[in-house]
Amino acid sequence: MALKLADFKTTVHNDWCPGCGDFGIVNALQMALAEMGIERDKATIFSGIGCSGKTSHFINTYGIHTLHGRVLTFAQGGKLANPEMTVVAVGGDGDGLGIGAGHFVAAGRRNIDMTYIIFDNGVYGLTKGQASPTLKLGEKTKSLPSPNTNYNVNPIGLAVASGFTFVARAYSYDVRHLKDLIVKAVQHKGLSFLDVLQPCPTYNDINTRDWYAGEDLAKEAAERHSRIYKLEDTHFDPVVHYADEKELDEKLAQALIKSLEWGNKIPTGIFYKNELISPFATRLKDKIPNYLENPPSKQNISKDGIPITDVSKILDSLKV
Amino acid sequence: MSFVDFSWLIGGPQGSGVESGANVFSKVCAELGYQIFGKREFHSNIKGEHSYFTVRVSNRLIHSNVNDVTLMISFDAETIFRHYDEILSGGGIIYDSDLEKITTDSVRTLGNYFKERLHNELESKNKPFTIAGVLEVAKEKGVSLYPVSFKEILANLAEETENPRLKGMVRMYNVIGVSLSLGLIKMPANSLLHSIDSIFSKKPQIAEINKQAANYSYKYATTNFGDFSFTLPGVEKQPNTILVQGHQGTSIGKIVSGCRFQSYYPITPASDESVFLESNEILEIKGDRPGSTAVIQTEDEISAIGMMIGSALTGTRSSTSTSGPGFALMAEAIGWAGMNEVPIVLTVYQRSGPSTGLPTRHGQDDLLFAVTGSFGDFPKIVYASGDIEESFYDTGKCFNFADVYQVPVIHMMDKFLSSSVVTCKRFDPQKITINRGKLLDKIEGEYKRFAFTEDGISPRSRLGMDNGVFWNTGDESDEFGHITEDPQMRIKMMDKRMSRLDLILKQVPKEEQVVSHGIHDFTIISWGSTKGPILDALQILKEEGIDIGFIQIKLLHPFPRESVKSMLEKVKTVIDIEANHSGQLGKIFQQNVTREIDYFILKYSGRGMTCTEIYDSLKKIIENKANKREVLEHGS
Repeated sequence: MALKLADFKTTVHNDWCPGCGDFGIVNALQMALAEMGIERDKATIFSGIGCSGKTSHFINTYGIHTLHGRVLTFAQGGKLANPEMTVVAVGGDGDGLGIGAGHFVAAGRRNIDMTYIIFDNGVYGLTKGQASPTLKLGEKTKSLPSPNTNYNVNPIGLAVASGFTFVARAYSYDVRHLKDLIVKAVQHKGLSFLDVLQPCPTYNDINTRDWYAGEDLAKEAAERHSRIYKLEDTHFDPVVHYADEKELDEKLAQALIKSLEWGNKIPTGIFYKNELISPFATRLKDKIPNYLENPPSKQNISKDGIPITDVSKILDSLKV
Repeated sequence: MSFVDFSWLIGGPQGSGVESGANVFSKVCAELGYQIFGKREFHSNIKGEHSYFTVRVSNRLIHSNVNDVTLMISFDAETIFRHYDEILSGGGIIYDSDLEKITTDSVRTLGNYFKERLHNELESKNKPFTIAGVLEVAKEKGVSLYPVSFKEILANLAEETENPRLKGMVRMYNVIGVSLSLGLIKMPANSLLHSIDSIFSKKPQIAEINKQAANYSYKYATTNFGDFSFTLPGVEKQPNTILVQGHQGTSIGKIVSGCRFQSYYPITPASDESVFLESNEILEIKGDRPGSTAVIQTEDEISAIGMMIGSALTGTRSSTSTSGPGFALMAEAIGWAGMNEVPIVLTVYQRSGPSTGLPTRHGQDDLLFAVTGSFGDFPKIVYASGDIEESFYDTGKCFNFADVYQVPVIHMMDKFLSSSVVTCKRFDPQKITINRGKLLDKIEGEYKRFAFTEDGISPRSRLGMDNGVFWNTGDESDEFGHITEDPQMRIKMMDKRMSRLDLILKQVPKEEQVVSHGIHDFTIISWGSTKGPILDALQILKEEGIDIGFIQIKLLHPFPRESVKSMLEKVKTVIDIEANHSGQLGKIFQQNVTREIDYFILKYSGRGMTCTEIYDSLKKIIENKANKREVLEHGS
């Protein structure tokens, strides 16, 4: 039976502010799960803390609302123990690139086959609008007492540098494009990262929906009707096609340069994609040949309450 | 046969093979049927600082080391400077005769504080600040000296075996030292060669050179050293004996208990456990395809506990192993696991805190943190093992506690245990049972992860299971696991979670909560690795006609107040023994049992307790000569 969008909705009251960019992300995620036909009990949404952290309660799959900054750690543990399960981790830019930045980098090095979506709005909404890691230096959003004194993190650049093998950006008000990118991210073999630009209508009065629509640039952006454009509409090829170091270097450099583009023109779509780097499960399989058929969560450990693991060889080696 | 009690010390700069020398010696003695208690002390350093290993050998069961050293072997000056005064009268020192002229000032690693104490001592005895000086002091005390030139031994060996490469091989000093020791005490040479073979089984060429050196040195000692007042006669070998390292109790325990996921961040003295698990990652399963443990080295301890919880949510028995600083980083997530009723086991190998403290030294400083650490009220279990053998079986219990009560379990171990090498009865995996509690295999109909039940524990689904969808959150939640701030639901959920503390005290067998090793007018309360030295001290007192009681508290949270209270009802004097400054168990005890501790025996120098110093303090208490707080200081 084909799955419908409604199958992935819960009855939990959604208390995000009216006009919040997060709604688009939840809808797109539900649409993507339905489109891919992933049964609700075969997927887990892990979430961090903050407005975006509540996402897991609005989606009718397994939902694990974890700790501030730690969502990737929980999600990776779950996926490693049960590799058959579809795992999507979500969280804010403060969660993933501030308090959780160390885990972000380490996750890239592992390349576990799962997806991480950052709800990127430049502010800490749930604590009343402090500057978050993606807010630009010198910008003063509504509730800041003075302009931001920190330089911003470049999420796309950091992901590329850390070893994520699928790196993309979407805009939460283009739900269809976002949904398509989520599908591609989930289907990617390895760790995929999706940076979703998501206006916070309450606290970010700079990067608003109108700003992304380029209303202040009316004349210049008249053709596009937006600051946002799609990389797939250009000649940009993000894919590493051959196991060739030169091509790899070019694609990494190209993604990094593209990640710096901001202001009047903001690229969305896939910046970098490389399925030639081994996913972590393959690395484990090299050491543990039956890891995928018999992963930690599927192993029998006892029969009638008695352990069935045979340690006699280990004990023999200690015998005197 | 009378009680043989022989203590051997080998010392040298870190990285010079002190540990492998001690392993050979321990193995030889254990193969001959002796009981072994070995103990390693080392600096937070890779190469150069002083490290030493004491091996106590006996023909009866021993659980600790003693202050006095019977025979010391040293191939560097620092070992002699630091330990010359520990050798008992009638004991011996085998040392490198080329070192005699070395002054204290030329040994830079001695450190100014130690040097000052040593100079004062030597000055008072009118001796020069040299190796010859301290050896004179030892000799006057009645210690026999066995000078030998290690350089010459190597040179002669090179000539005899026509292998000139041997001449400069200072790496052989440890095997030479061990062999000289065994020759002096007349242990059979063939077991020495056999032990070398088994230790270097994967490197036959190295084994061969070592055996040549061993043979030569052994003969050298028997022909040149003359008699020594101590010999180790043959003993009857106990069947089913193993020689285990400190971390092997919990690591083999984890394998047997079905732990299939361990995430960790490197930290002394806990990492050995994880490295052992990874070295044995593929497992033989009776009647099934091979199993495996996924051992994941993470970017920090926060990630280690996050991954472990993620894995535990899939129904996998999951664990981590850490020490104080890493344990502190895990505190927030332990609360999350408590809130979401996730069964996890944290093995905590304590060391001396606070902060980095003495990173390679012993301490039992983390009990109060284990009990109260992490904010908010939530249920958890804190359980402590007294020795390595116990830790194997306790690991099985900890996983059952976690599954049955759906709580985080903190298994307290420490550096004293982790750096010990002991003989004990071969672990019996059949004595470990596996109880997964209310973990479900199948779900039909509506499922609520936190459904209210009579005993407060809800049937548990696992991520990815058919029809088992649930939610977790660190927020307060309803039965489905969705966020709620409803005051009535909050009360019900808090009561549901916290009620299992009483359930634990009611259901866990009493003898697994508190172990009574006898109750008398004077009775000790203690926890964890002090068990060994306490039992050995009590044995000596018993032989002198003095009975002292000892209750070992294993379940430290929830605290078995009624059991402890009733056990101590008729006791006149309560003595608390722990390796920390504030008497942390004493504090928990006073809070729960509303009774004063009469005496504290505490040690916080970073060194483990010896049975000698516990014996001495207890003697003082009985003779009414003790202070309320007796602080132990032995150990270099």
